[in-house]
Amino acid sequence: MNRRPRAHVGAYLAASLLAVVFLLPFYVIARNAFSTQQAVVAPVWRWWPDALNGATVTAVLGDPSLGILPALVTSLVVSTVQTAATLVISLMAGYALARWSTTASRIILGMTVFTLMVPAMVTFIPTFVMVSSLGWISTYRGLIVPVVFSAFATFLFRQGFVDFPQELEEAAALDGANTWTTLWRIVVPNAGSSIAAVGTITFIGAWNAFLWPLLIAQDPQLRTIQVVLSQFMTSQGTRYPEMFTGALIGIIPVLLVFLFLQRWLVQGVEASGLR
Amino acid sequence: MRHSHAGSSLARGNRRWFWVFVTPFLAGLIVFVYVPMLWSLWLSLFDARNTVTPTSFVGLSNYAYLLGDRMFQQSLVTFVLFALFIVPLTFACSLGLALLLQRITVARAFFRSVFFLPTAVSYVIASMVWRMSFFNGARFGLANTLLSAFGLAPVNWLGGENTWYWFVLVTLRLWLQVGFYMILFIAGLNRIDPELYEAAELDGAGAWARFRFVTWPLLRPTSVAVSMLLAFNAFQAFDEFYNTLTTASGYPPYARPPLVYLYLVTFGSGSQDLGIGSAGTMIVTLVIVAFSLLQNRLLAIGSR
Repeated sequence: MNRRPRAHVGAYLAASLLAVVFLLPFYVIARNAFSTQQAVVAPVWRWWPDALNGATVTAVLGDPSLGILPALVTSLVVSTVQTAATLVISLMAGYALARWSTTASRIILGMTVFTLMVPAMVTFIPTFVMVSSLGWISTYRGLIVPVVFSAFATFLFRQGFVDFPQELEEAAALDGANTWTTLWRIVVPNAGSSIAAVGTITFIGAWNAFLWPLLIAQDPQLRTIQVVLSQFMTSQGTRYPEMFTGALIGIIPVLLVFLFLQRWLVQGVEASGLR
Repeated sequence: MRHSHAGSSLARGNRRWFWVFVTPFLAGLIVFVYVPMLWSLWLSLFDARNTVTPTSFVGLSNYAYLLGDRMFQQSLVTFVLFALFIVPLTFACSLGLALLLQRITVARAFFRSVFFLPTAVSYVIASMVWRMSFFNGARFGLANTLLSAFGLAPVNWLGGENTWYWFVLVTLRLWLQVGFYMILFIAGLNRIDPELYEAAELDGAGAWARFRFVTWPLLRPTSVAVSMLLAFNAFQAFDEFYNTLTTASGYPPYARPPLVYLYLVTFGSGSQDLGIGSAGTMIVTLVIVAFSLLQNRLLAIGSR
């Protein structure tokens, strides 16, 4: 916006104060993770951690009864496989729905849009019925397969391809490339920004998912990091430093994704808001 | 929604490829969305305790039970109350942040990232911070520390002896999602032609007049979309309620929004009542579809 160059002291003051408030929860996670239990429950709130060493981190990671390490492995497997599968399945479907205008294509697009209206979480009981009758409770299949068919991702890819010029694909066809080759060699390399946006938002959603893994991971060995942290918090006997060390470990992957892929996350958010 | 302008010579060439590309997705959609929904519709007419193949047909009595259950009615009231707090508050704060960032030139990207960062955090971890540190009922909670600095007695925020748990739940969700909607407002603001502001300024319009007569009307499609999404997402609230309020002795009888109610009525008693759960899903789905249709209608008006 074309404004007169003025020192917006007030705006900077407000933004800085708000930034402190927004970052406070992150600081509190770190403070609690690097404090002793006595310091956290001391009658006077202490800002500075009193156990600035890796003792709790190694203790938490090394304690098999807490199950943080296996939970991280489960979360990593679920999130990456879910993201990869969603990308492949939805990219192909979105491409097909954008390039073919047959009756079947219109019907499937209609089914996709209808699915968009009903969030997956609202229908968790029907999906649970399905997964339970397939015998997929407490399996990786049960955690991953039902959530990889994303109407949102398919719809997003389809919109991207509708706006994408077809000249390159036509040229490839004239050169004798078949449709399969054209998709992977010509279309996919040019769809980088949709792929990154869908991939980032899917990964963060998968890592942070709670209700579905809560229902499916009945075997403790298959709990995701969110489920483990939740059970930590809702059971008795609260060890604050251990609990928040778990949170700190569980938050690092998404913070890394955020820092390096923020631009794509912004795109994904814009797309999911204006679908 | 745009109409497809597809159907080029290339695409018409081979319909086999259409099915190769679309079948995995279509199969998944049918197996994990449409079949389960139909199955649930069928289950909802049966006494389906601990079984997915029930034999005892009960007609509409599961629906009658739910609609007559005070706890179910209460869950809809809980959603409405929650939405009444969270929708206007998040709307105002996210628009405020977007407008604030417009006035900032140096380090704008930094501040935007900071406000956006909580979007990446899970509700489970946010609940941990809110429940265990900020609003811990003991004296060492941050909120209680602040209260005692002003000579006030500590508050048992989540204990249920008062309604302060609303404050905990609303501030948590506000912190976590305000950056998401801020991004949508920034996108909306960027679509407004800057020349309109210059023209308004030449006409002597002050900051408030520019907001009132340029920004607000032109931002309307974004505002409608944001309000609807906020209510839509509040309707699905589960994670932060479950994680801030569940104790070793279970979930308390208050503050149960629809999905928490469905979860507890279906899985809460140690056995699974899939008939009741399915009937509840049907009712809740109807509500949300009606909501979506209303949203599309309002968006259509907004963009006219």
